[in-house]
Amino acid sequence: MLTKLTGGRIYDPANSINNEVKDIYIRDGRIIAKPADERIDKEIDVRGKVVMAGAIDMHTHIGGGKVNIARTMLPEDHAADVVARTELMRSGCGHAAPSTLTAGYRYAEMGYTAGFEPAMLPINARQAHMEMHDTPIIDKGGYVMLGSDDFLLRMMASNGDQEAINNYVAWTIHHSQAIGVKVVNPGGINAFKFNQRKLDLDEKNKYYGITPRDILLRLATAVKELGIPHPLHVHGCNLGVAGNLEMTIDTMEGINGLPMHMTHIQFHSYGTEGDYKFSSGSAQIAEVINKHKNITADVGQILFGQTVTASGDNMRQHAAHSFASPNKWVCMDIECDAGCGVLPFKYKDQSYVNALQWMIGLETFLMIDDPWRVFLTTDHPNGAPFTSYPHLIRLLMDKTFRNDVLSTLHPEAQKASHLASLDREYSLYEIAIMTRAGAAKLVGLADRGHLSVGGAADITVYTDHEDREKMFSKPDYVFKDGTMVVKDGEIVEVTWGTTHVVKPEYDNSIEAALKPYFDKYHTQKMGNFKISDDEIIDDGRGSLTVQPLHAGGKI
Amino acid sequence: MTEKTGDRVWQEVPSPFCGIASDDLTIKVDGNDVSIIENGDAVTRKGFETVITDTSPRVKGKEVSLDEAVSTIVDLLRESKQSVIGGMATDLNGARSAMALADKSRATIDNMDSDAGFRNTLVLQDTGWMLTTLTEVRNRVDLLLIVGSDIEAEFPRFFERMVWNKESMFDQEIESRQVVYLGKAPSGDASTSPKGKKAKVLACDDGDLPEVVSILRALVQGKTIQADKVGGIATSDLAILAEQLKQAKYSVVTWAAGDLDFDHAEATVQTVCEMVKELNDNTRSSGLPLGGKEGGITVNQVSAWQSGFPMRTNFNQGYPDYDPYLCDSNRMLANDEVDTLLWISSFNIDRTPPKSNATTVVLGRSGMQFEEEPEVFIPVGVPGIDHVGRAFRTDGVVSIPLRKLRDSGLPSTFDVLTAVEQAL
Repeated sequence: MLTKLTGGRIYDPANSINNEVKDIYIRDGRIIAKPADERIDKEIDVRGKVVMAGAIDMHTHIGGGKVNIARTMLPEDHAADVVARTELMRSGCGHAAPSTLTAGYRYAEMGYTAGFEPAMLPINARQAHMEMHDTPIIDKGGYVMLGSDDFLLRMMASNGDQEAINNYVAWTIHHSQAIGVKVVNPGGINAFKFNQRKLDLDEKNKYYGITPRDILLRLATAVKELGIPHPLHVHGCNLGVAGNLEMTIDTMEGINGLPMHMTHIQFHSYGTEGDYKFSSGSAQIAEVINKHKNITADVGQILFGQTVTASGDNMRQHAAHSFASPNKWVCMDIECDAGCGVLPFKYKDQSYVNALQWMIGLETFLMIDDPWRVFLTTDHPNGAPFTSYPHLIRLLMDKTFRNDVLSTLHPEAQKASHLASLDREYSLYEIAIMTRAGAAKLVGLADRGHLSVGGAADITVYTDHEDREKMFSKPDYVFKDGTMVVKDGEIVEVTWGTTHVVKPEYDNSIEAALKPYFDKYHTQKMGNFKISDDEIIDDGRGSLTVQPLHAGGKI
Repeated sequence: MTEKTGDRVWQEVPSPFCGIASDDLTIKVDGNDVSIIENGDAVTRKGFETVITDTSPRVKGKEVSLDEAVSTIVDLLRESKQSVIGGMATDLNGARSAMALADKSRATIDNMDSDAGFRNTLVLQDTGWMLTTLTEVRNRVDLLLIVGSDIEAEFPRFFERMVWNKESMFDQEIESRQVVYLGKAPSGDASTSPKGKKAKVLACDDGDLPEVVSILRALVQGKTIQADKVGGIATSDLAILAEQLKQAKYSVVTWAAGDLDFDHAEATVQTVCEMVKELNDNTRSSGLPLGGKEGGITVNQVSAWQSGFPMRTNFNQGYPDYDPYLCDSNRMLANDEVDTLLWISSFNIDRTPPKSNATTVVLGRSGMQFEEEPEVFIPVGVPGIDHVGRAFRTDGVVSIPLRKLRDSGLPSTFDVLTAVEQAL
């Protein structure tokens, strides 16, 4: 079947195409060159429409234990947004912690064709994959969480060489079926189990004598040396703490030029100035990011209303538990491997702190110069549910709208921010970078995020509406691997995306150390920990796509 | 991984039967006969060794083909005005197929152990908790408090695997671990340390447990208690326990909700969980609910991610409608609100459907005996014996890959329910 999209205005930053009228040809799920003399089976007139690759959410909590705890504990939140079954779609629920089925449909309806679960605990990766398997249409993948796991810290404490650490990291990526590595409050989740309540960048874990800085350097080096395209994904120390700004800067400057991605950096950009002892550090953060080309960041924008925060950072979630709204919360220690914390939270526009968080996020977007190094996220659902992305895009693209909203927020917070003076408005091309080309490059998806010949035909077509929220809420068409899945903002076909992974090579000698370790200390055998390819393929609906490593990485 | 080391001997086999997902079993398979050679216990032996008897589906007691049985179920569901998919003792894909069918047929879903499960779920939904998982317990616990439960009767290897292990990650002297029972006394010696140190028992009746637990929490908070005794336990003994909890570096408070069989036991679980939270103001302490033996954790997980809600949710109006009271299948069946019951019980031949006036379909383990022959019976394979699968253990965090150990030809619950769903 040969499909032609005729006459669209193409925004394809990976190929430096900025609003050029071009035809796109699709066959067998891929974009192909204009065929010589073949019959077009289906032609779709997209003249005047904006055409981009499918959007990619590079950080969204869509699967795994903490998300499912959030779902189970929030029946009252779902009740306001239950979704009925249709001929095509299963029933489910939406809002803060949507069901997997509804999440997949709603991502596709917004023109998204991939989402990546950023906090996949090795020991809980099987569950994350089960949930992602039940998430329709979009592609998915996970960053495996290391840095508070006993095995790594033990290796570091005994001065294990970098080669051995690389081997362990590669083994873990391989057998948890991951595409990247994340570290959350480096070593802090572990330290909390020894009753430490905070862990600064150079503070030692009581038991191992290891600092967060040591962990970051070791893991960032491993990721680089293994050739994993996605840089070490870092949720830094002291999330949400007033004054964490300096440590965030130290984290970025202290990584010695290694590639590093700072996630939901808004939550790590707080100063202590002013009457409220809470101020914006976005200018300093943006300056450091602008200067250090090895650093990328996603924002973790907050938007007002009820949501739920689900994090691996049980140390910080526990410290924040008195803010839970409604007042219920969960913290877990997990398997000498990791942890999690789940707190429902309501961001209020008349709260000084929440209003300033909103401003800090937007300032960050607007002050980081290079759209290839900043990414559009709300840290779903922690800052806001992903369904608020079209609203967020409008805030970035429309200064008048932004300042109108700003003027309604807590007055003291307005005074504490220079957001009103920032004139920048994101262009469609820049949005396409942030949500497509840049995201694909950052995650390491060779065949997605662009409209090159040979690439996957994940394509979104919008009407160029002045109201960018309307425009990005309801694409005219979404194609997933060449299949039209959305028309006029409604699902017309349900497909099942692939799971993206990387497979760095490891030396089997690591198992000689791991097997007895599992036998001695764990409650699961090493062999049963490993997630087979068959588990991802499962009932035949799933598939694995192995993405290439960077040059130098062994595959 | 399950490795086939000999002709028919499998090693490191994970168990879906025991709730704690022991995965160090060595199992011999001879045709359809399965026996545990190493690391079995009363629960896993019964789970793995129950023999296959019937292999043919039956309708009204007569043997029929699988296709005929499936089309009978389809007819029943088409005619049904109020159906329940109950039991739900199955694995990951069984649960997925049951959810898909419930969604399509507008049924109500419930698990056979929901009475116990909801003693915990209601607490999660009301105030939350701080919990830990089995490997943390194995390596960190210094004080284990068992509330109202005789753990070893239901989880025979819990102490061997999680408390009296040979060594821990953090150089703790294992023998120094303390075990205290509050409420029920243990039925055996599993809680006795390797060197013979017996658990401390502060016994009381189930009916007194809510009060005893409340007093313990008050003592942890530093409140003064006037009474000398509560539920027959000296307040001074509870004060010692409160002090032990405060002094412990990593106490674990565990309970098997199935054992807390009294009205509104969820309020007692909540008191325990709030006490654990309060202990964490200064030291570390965690709860550990024990359960999940009949797929209860697995199906609640799948239900939560597919619909947003746990068991006791109906799809009568085309969308999930959760109500832990109205959708209690025991209540619905006793009240004659159900015309068709589809009962799934693939692990345990003793877990047959409750008596009711509903037309009953059973997808059950081969060998099941019925007082009253159900309208349809389909002997299904056991996850982890007859087909591959995955199952969650009690802590809801770790799941295990289940293996196919023999080729019995029995269909999986997923096979049957998917056929029903597609034919509807």
